[in-house]
Order: sequence, then structure tokens, then C-alpha cells
Amino acid sequence: MSAGPKRWSALLLVGLLLWLVAYPLLLVALESVHGPAGWTLEYLRRFVVESREWKALWASLWTSVASVVLAGMLGIPLAFLFERFEFPGRRLLGALVALPVVLPPLVGVIAFLFLYGETGFVARLVQAVLRLEDPPWRLEGAYAILLVHAYSMYVYFYLFTRAGLASLDPAVDEAAASLGADRWRTLRRVTLPLLAPSLRGAALLTFMTALASFSAPYIFGGGFRVMTTQIVFTRLNGDYGMAMVQTMVLSLVALAGLWLTREGGAAPANGGGKGVAPVPRLIQSAGLRRAATVGGWGLALLLLLPHLTLVLLSFVKPGTWTVETLPPAYTTGNYLALAGDPERLRPLVNSLWMASLSTAAALAVAVFAGLVTVRRREPGAALVERLLAVPWLVPGTVFAVALATAFGVHAPWVGRIVLVGTIWILPLAYLIRNLPIASRAVLAGFRGLDPTLDDASASLGAGRWLTLRRVTLPLLRPAVAAGATLAFVTALGDFVTSIILYTYDTRPLSLEILASLRQGDVGVASAYGVLLMALAALVFALGGERRVLSR
Amino acid sequence: MTYLTLEVLSRRYGPETGVFDLSLGLERGKILALLGPSGSGKTTTLRLLGGFEVPEAGRILVEGEDVTPLRPEHRRFGMVFQHYALFPHLDVGQNVAFGLEARGVSPAETMRRVTEALALVDLAGFERRTVGGLSGGQQQRVALARALAPAPRVLLLDEPLSNLDPALRERTRRELRGLIRRVGITTVIVTHEQEDAFDLGDVVAVLRDGRLQQTGPPEALYRTPVNPFVGGFIGRSSWLTGVVVSLDGNGARIRVEQAEWPVAARPPAGVGEPVRVMLRPEAMRIAPFEAQGLHGTITDRRFTGASAHFLVSTEGGAVVEVSAPPESAAAGDRVSLVPRHDPADREFVLHCFPPVDR
Repeated sequence: MSAGPKRWSALLLVGLLLWLVAYPLLLVALESVHGPAGWTLEYLRRFVVESREWKALWASLWTSVASVVLAGMLGIPLAFLFERFEFPGRRLLGALVALPVVLPPLVGVIAFLFLYGETGFVARLVQAVLRLEDPPWRLEGAYAILLVHAYSMYVYFYLFTRAGLASLDPAVDEAAASLGADRWRTLRRVTLPLLAPSLRGAALLTFMTALASFSAPYIFGGGFRVMTTQIVFTRLNGDYGMAMVQTMVLSLVALAGLWLTREGGAAPANGGGKGVAPVPRLIQSAGLRRAATVGGWGLALLLLLPHLTLVLLSFVKPGTWTVETLPPAYTTGNYLALAGDPERLRPLVNSLWMASLSTAAALAVAVFAGLVTVRRREPGAALVERLLAVPWLVPGTVFAVALATAFGVHAPWVGRIVLVGTIWILPLAYLIRNLPIASRAVLAGFRGLDPTLDDASASLGAGRWLTLRRVTLPLLRPAVAAGATLAFVTALGDFVTSIILYTYDTRPLSLEILASLRQGDVGVASAYGVLLMALAALVFALGGERRVLSR
Repeated sequence: MTYLTLEVLSRRYGPETGVFDLSLGLERGKILALLGPSGSGKTTTLRLLGGFEVPEAGRILVEGEDVTPLRPEHRRFGMVFQHYALFPHLDVGQNVAFGLEARGVSPAETMRRVTEALALVDLAGFERRTVGGLSGGQQQRVALARALAPAPRVLLLDEPLSNLDPALRERTRRELRGLIRRVGITTVIVTHEQEDAFDLGDVVAVLRDGRLQQTGPPEALYRTPVNPFVGGFIGRSSWLTGVVVSLDGNGARIRVEQAEWPVAARPPAGVGEPVRVMLRPEAMRIAPFEAQGLHGTITDRRFTGASAHFLVSTEGGAVVEVSAPPESAAAGDRVSLVPRHDPADREFVLHCFPPVDR
């Protein structure tokens, strides 16, 4: 094998990633200081003097930090409850409460709306019980957003904390006890410090997700704007230069958040533990056991209630549910309407093919990147890995704007072609958004492979292609399946990039849900939502790799 | 007066796993080695002592005080875990100080005792080191210092030598023994290695399937095993089938193939009935084929230095291991095995057990 083609392949990959990932962002940066009349600082000036912009920026920041705190308060105790205490139903509920992580955010948001919104079940119930004239509250503004964030982002803390707890050597806890430390002291001095890396990871993920969150502020924000919604509304008003500045600012905030929470120093050694998963303590006291059971079931039910609501609503007969607390009539008509009407089936078909195509492409890039970076350690490997991570660091709104900018102009000699308005822009957007997800799983799979297996294959006379096909890829299958599962589900439920880039012909499920909602078609919107949940669950069942959720 | 007492302790996980009706006593300052194959219940016993498991029945007493209901943090038993379980986020000094702080010892006193404990394990000046940067042997000594610093009533060691390579093992065992003797602490050690148990234990308790088989000083276990399991588990042994020829006084005469030997103890069978006979390798010497004894052929000879190990296939089809001077015979020789010592002076020991194991 000569050095020539090797370097060529690495170069090709770096070029592709620069073009798809870095170039659009660069164009946004350029356009924020470039108007129809040439270079200008006008947009920047307007951003700086507008109090509206500063308010949105501040709103993005404080709601994200508050989301981290609330999600932690919910997720960490939940993780301890399910990891450390044995009670009936622990396994099943423990898996179910992790479910929201695979559900599209928009589905969670509308489910929340139907449950806690002013015309939702809870509001109706309170109204009926207290005999009020009007709904008791309006689910709107910052607190509504925070409620939705806490309700959906606790999963990060839950999963990270559980994984962290499971990897702790139980002997460490016992050592603390034998040295005279009671449970509280052991928790404070030993368990929590050892969980610090997990908690930091969860906090970072929650912060980035909250900062990039679009569905919740879009649906519940009302007059309360955060940066993501601000960008979309500014674009809607045709103020493109300003939208570019806002987009730049939002990505800078995301990068700053990442920099602030970067991991300090090496992870501590695991104390030479055997790595045996600790067995959940069987609680001796019957009272405590009952409390854990009630707590576990109660919390799980509370957390899953919005999704159950959605399932119920998808069976409500259109137009029958007006002032009653519970819908009076049920039907499968909503689903039949989806299946029967080609126009209504269209979004489902769109989402499926676009998600499939983008997932396959993202996986191909990821496997290629794995070969180049992990296996052959070619020059530029570090750059490739960084570029692959960028779409995760940058909020989806930012990327959508960047793609709309880069591929809305016909200028092939500088790498720009018109894709906006064609059926290819959404699959491309999904592909780029899925690069970090697919490559994280696949690269981890590559790292887990024993390189001597390649040598063994070669010594048995197998060429590179045969080795790849018969040894490497089969061993990578779990990693590829994991990456594919997450990528597909993410693309399937995408809302944030779709709302900026979709065309009527390629409108995905999420946009159709929104449209149905606008038309007051609650049953159909719910049916679409349930369909998305079911597809996500099905894909995960097929992917069969639950470990990937906890990274 | 026993210092540490285990009274009919039981903790079952299954019909054959756990600990069943275990009673043991240990004097102050002595070392008890719990010896047994994996799954014999020795680690469960240690965890019961530490308070990490709660017995279903029975009691644990220290100087007559019932400590069974005490949780680990109130029991004041120091434990060194198999994989040490050092706190990876704390440095060496903080690890050792942990137990003192938990018990509310003043900072000045804590510092003094940390220094003292680290000096004791020959790690003076290691306070600010991270535990991740230590070798396996050093980690173990930190774990020991940490367990000893709060001055526990009993020290528990879970397989203390299993993580060390053979070269280090011998030295560590010697140091460990010296340290425990110096501190004078009552100690319970779990091990599956007979050599470790014999080297460290003043008293050895052999466990099997959660049941105590025999307890006593190492020599007693080797010389007078109470059942075939203990006989086979401790030291090397060969097994033959014999028949009781006659009973006399407290002893008997046993015939094994062509040979007839006296035994000093009453066999577990009557005249004319079969018994299982156990021989230690050093019980026999190799004599010319013509001599009166157990006839066989040398099938293997392994030189070990001062002596050699011979495998002898008897005419009856048994295989006997004999330790003898290297020049005694060569592979393929037909030989006769005769007692090394005169059967009359009682150094020659033939162990007889019932024909079927239990």
C-alpha cells in the first residue's frame, strides 16, 4: 500500500467535511458583515443597540442554565432511585422513563400542551373541580418553556447518573462504611465526587440542548423570545442580515458554553475495581420499600403522562371534545384519515425516505472517517474528528440558516449550488446534523476493535477489502446499528432545521403536526405524534442497543 | 478467652451457596485464615463480619459484645478489599484520613495518625500522591494504612495477595505477617491459596459449600484431616483403596493391594470392609521391586532440587505421588513403595476414610 491513495482519501474526507460543515458557517459569518451594498457593520450595530436582541440573548442564557438546574433536580434523584433500590417494576419503569430521549422534541411539546395547556386535561380538571369560568392558567412564557425543558431533559441527567453509578465499584461505598462514614457522608464525600464527570457531561448536554431548543419556545414562548425563535422570526420578517448576526451570536454562546464546561484534567482512575455492576440494594425496611415503590411508579407515571395523553387524544373523534374534562367519544378515524388520504400520507413517506437516505449517507461518512482516523491514523485525523463534532456544537437553527445561506445561491466555482427549494436540501441537512451522532457511535466502535485482528486477517492472506468486509464491518455491526438507530430517529422527528428549509413537497411529519395543530385538528396531530413515537420505539427495538443512550 | 466469636452464623443464597451454621472463635491478636475453593462461603463470611451482609441466624461477638445488629459504619471493623477500593478522587493522605474524619477525630490528631499509619506500611511521605499513580503493592499498603488508621477492633482482609504477581507475593506475605504481628490486631483473612493460609494464619478454617470442615493450626490440618476434602484440599495426596484386616486397641491393620500397613487411629470401617486410604508424598520411600511393599512402575519423574517427585502406577491401577531423593529411581523402573519411617514410631501416617465420600 503506497502513501499516495491513503493521503488522497484523507484529503477527500477533510475536503467534504470542510465544504459541508465549516463552509456554510463561514458564509454566515461573512454575510453578517456583508449587505447588498458591500461590507457593512450596520447589522452588528443594530444588534448591539436593540434591547430586544439583548433580551432574547439573556433569555436564552438564563433559561438554559435554569433548565440544567431543574433537569438535574429531577434526573439525579430519579437515577439513584432506579439504580440503588430494588422494587417491583424497577426494570421496566427504569427503561420507560429513559424513553423521552429518543422521542422527537416536538412530540413531547405537543403532548405537554394537551396535558398541561390551558385546554389540556389538567386545566380542564382543575376548572371542573373548582367550577371556574375560564381555564385556570395559560401555559405560556418562560416558565412554560422551563417546565417542558425540565420534563424532557431530566433524561440526560438520569441516564448519565445511572451509567456513572453502575460503573462505580460497590466496594468503594463499602470501604467508606467500614471506615465509619454513614450514608449521607458516603454520598457527599465519595459517591457524588466520583459521579462528577458524569454530572458534568449531563450538564453540558442539557445546556446545549436547552440553548438549541426550538420546539418549546416556538409553541409556548408567546411574547417571550429566545435566540432560536428570534432568528426564525427575524428571517420571516425578511431581515436576513440581522438573522445572520443573531445566528453568529447564538453559535458563539454555544461554543462558550462548551468551553466553560470542558473537562478539567484526566478522569480519575476507577480504583482498580473489577468493574462488576453493583447489585441494587434490596431495602430491608418494609416502609422504605413501599416508599420507593410508590415513588418510582408515581414519578414514572408523571413523566410518561404527556405521552400517554397523546395516545389517548389520537383516538378522539374530531369535533366531539369541547368542554368535557375527558373526551366523550373515541374513534380510529384519525389514523384511517392518515392512511386513506394520499396528501396526509405524504409527510410520513417524506420523513421516512429522507431519514433513511440521510442516515445511510451519514453512516458511510462515519465508517470512512473511522478507517481514516482510528484505523490508519492519517494526518488530519484530529481535524476530521473536530469537523464531525461541529454540527452537534452548533444549534440546529444556526445550521439550518447556514445551509439556507450556502445553498441558496448558484455559484459553483465557490462551491455553492442551489439546493434550497429542491427535495435535496432536507436530506442534506439531516445528513449533516446526523454526522456527530453516527460518527460518535462508529468511531467508538472502531476504537473498541482489536487492531491485531486486521493483522491476523492479512497474515491469512486476506486483502484490505476482504478484511473490511469479513472482519471489520461485522465486528462494527453493533456500533453501526447504534449510530443508525439514533441518527434515523433524530432525522425522522426533526423540526428545528425542517421549519427553515422545508418545501411543500418535502414537508416532513413534524411540519404536518404543526399544520394540523394550527387547524385545530388535535386528533390528527396526535395521531402523527403517536406514529412518530411508535416508529422511534420500533427502530430502537430493532436496533436493540440501549447502551448507546448512555454513551 | 476468645476475642472474636462467630455463633452458628447463617446466610443462605441457595441450597448449596452461602454460609450455614458457622461457629468459630479467635483469640485476641491472632490471625484466622478462611480457606476454601471459590463458592465455599469464605467471602460471605468476611462480608458478614464486616456488616455488609446481614445473617439470617446467629451472632457475631467481640469480647462478649453482640455486634451483629451494628451497621458497618458503627462496627469498627477495618476492611481491606480485594481490589483495595481506594477513593480515586482523594490522594493517599486523604484516603487514610477518611475514617478518622468520619469518626470525628480532630484535624491535628488526624494528621498525626495519618503520618503514623503511612509510616507503619512503609509509605512515609506519600500523603500527597494520587492513588492512581501507585503500584499494586503500594495501593494495597495504602488500603491497609487506611483500614488501620481508625484503630479498628478487627482487621478483615479479602484475598490480600491475589492481585500480586508471584515474585511480589512471597515478600508481601512476609511483610503482611510482620505488620499484623507488630500492630497486634485480631485479623481475619480470606484466601483460596493453602500456602497463604498456612503462612499467615495462626488458625486456619477450611470451608466447603458454606460449611466449616475443620479448624485448627496449619499443622493439625495437614497431619489429621477430618475428612477426604480437607485431606485433598490441603497438601498433596494420593488416594488408594484398602481393606481393614484387623482391629487392635486404638489402631488397625490395613491391606492395600499387596502391602499391609498399621494405622494409629481407629478406621471408620469394620474388619473386612473397604476404606479410602490417603498417603502424603513424603510418607513413602522408593525401594527395590523385591522389597515387601506396594508394587508399581515409575511413570514420571520430576526433578525439583533437593528431592524429586515420582508418579508410581501401582499394579492395582492407582497412581501414587512420592517425594524422594532424585537418585531413588528412573522413569520405567519397577519399584516397591515402603513406609519412610518405621510404622511403629508413628511418624508414618496412613489416613483412612469411609469408602464413599459422605
